[in-house]
Amino acid sequence: MDLTSLTIDAARSAVQERKTTAFAVAEAYYARIQKEDGQIGAFLTLSKERALEQADRIDRMATEGKILPPLGGVPVAIKDVMSTQGVRTTAGSKILSKYIPPYDCTAVARLEAAGAVVLGKTNCDEFAMGSSNENSGFHPVRNPRDLNRVPGGSSGGSAAAVASDMAVVALGSDTGGSIRQPASFCGVVGLMPTYGRVSRYGLIAFASSLDHIGPLAKTVKDAAIVLRTIAGRDAMDPTSADLPVPDYVAELDKPVRGLKLGVAKEYFGEGLDGEVRQAVEAAIEKLKGLGCEIVPVSLPHTSYAIPTYYLVATAEASSNLARYDGVRYSNRANGVKTLSGMYRRSRDEGFGAEVKRRIMLGTYALSAGYYDAYYLKAQKVRTLLTRDFEEAFRKVDAIVTPTSPTAAFRLGEKSNDPLAMYLADIYTVTADLAGIPGISVPCGETKEKLPIGLQILGKHFDEATILRVAHAYEQARKSAP
Amino acid sequence: MKVTEKDVAYVADLANLELTADERAGMVRDLNSILDYIDMLNELDTSDIPPMAQVSDRYGVDESKQGSERFSYASREDVLEGLRKSLPQEVALENAPDSDGTFFRVPKVIDR
Repeated sequence: MDLTSLTIDAARSAVQERKTTAFAVAEAYYARIQKEDGQIGAFLTLSKERALEQADRIDRMATEGKILPPLGGVPVAIKDVMSTQGVRTTAGSKILSKYIPPYDCTAVARLEAAGAVVLGKTNCDEFAMGSSNENSGFHPVRNPRDLNRVPGGSSGGSAAAVASDMAVVALGSDTGGSIRQPASFCGVVGLMPTYGRVSRYGLIAFASSLDHIGPLAKTVKDAAIVLRTIAGRDAMDPTSADLPVPDYVAELDKPVRGLKLGVAKEYFGEGLDGEVRQAVEAAIEKLKGLGCEIVPVSLPHTSYAIPTYYLVATAEASSNLARYDGVRYSNRANGVKTLSGMYRRSRDEGFGAEVKRRIMLGTYALSAGYYDAYYLKAQKVRTLLTRDFEEAFRKVDAIVTPTSPTAAFRLGEKSNDPLAMYLADIYTVTADLAGIPGISVPCGETKEKLPIGLQILGKHFDEATILRVAHAYEQARKSAP
Repeated sequence: MKVTEKDVAYVADLANLELTADERAGMVRDLNSILDYIDMLNELDTSDIPPMAQVSDRYGVDESKQGSERFSYASREDVLEGLRKSLPQEVALENAPDSDGTFFRVPKVIDR
């Protein structure tokens, strides 16, 4: 079976029409993982028993002539920050190396209810903190396009799994760019929905006001199918929005002619790689050729997004990660006689360097005497950043930018300079802070054959428009690259 | 320099971290470098700008209401509809490094 071009609809129809079985499809993916993942490192845990049971269930439906659900028999991979009942979930951290969740994340449960076959859990930066996947507590992930390069992060395992055909689609999470940036680095589609569009229940919390779950896929249509499946109100997450979920797939083919697309000069300034600029500008030209109107907009506070993000995200993380103390579900340091000593040693041994750095920064920003100067200040600038978008979206339907200032960098290139690593997220963090949706779609390659991503940002809860623009661009590029 | 070794020790204490001498020295360097960068936020006058703690502060809020009433969209009836039942005790204890079957067990809090 050729897995390289397999999409959700192709996999599902093959099983529905009994040209193959869900079981055989799952086995083919496991064989591929067995063969390829030794050098890529995308998976941390395989859930073979659970996958094959689900495949059997789907095959029985197909045999009985029942109509399969939208993801019937489709192999998916899940970033290891999403809880899976009975399947080890580590968040890429040694402190949770043996944690077996007693319940499922809502997004995973909804995918499975729609027939998806969960192959396993993908590697990521520890607690989703990183932009290169080098902060995994287990092993780094390598970019399938060039094994000396990073896949991006933090959802690097999910992006690499889709890019190397070890899953049809995958779920990732995005707090500062962690779906879109690895999608861009690995040459796949990555969608961050609006904050509140997808329930966060069962997602291991990094920064609760910024965390989003979303799909990584080979095509925009597959991303739309996954979003339609996982979106919508969930009583278990009070921040999930009680709004109707449009049929994103049906909306894909609506014409884009006449749509107004904003281009902000702040996203094309210093630090943007020449080849990335060229590819993104060519993509904008192509969209213009499809009848979109290109409108200059300004997002004047953009350069303040990274410092704002690193205060808000670390403050929330320092609080969220307080629960890992060696008592309830994490590894405990041995032989410590006092309770407070046990907490400290367990955390010291369990957390990696970047997680400790962020806990320290966040704790500092929240500590007495610094709260107003740092945390409150950042929350106020967050308002300004959000107003920038609200102002721009009065004039345009979507905004197009590069996803990342560069293509994939080399392993080790930025790992000793936290600030340089943080700047890898410069075009993605603002959307997380504002809570607006964004998608990265492949728009070319560098001379070294490294993928480049085009980012399309939309209004709150208007994923339909950015999916439509991304789809139109993807189709146009396919017919005339 | 904003953050001294003493500050790092104090913040580590608040964060329930111990950190080795090497880690503390690295933390002094990294936190100062990051905080120097963060200083650029002071270029902005934010005296009249309301803080944004949640994305929902920007939509869904009923502006005509006061206080927590403004966020009434997030409230629900006190019934178990659509919610998961509490975990049985044995399930909740399954991942504990140490328990006696009823409680989480930890080292002695008070020495006597």
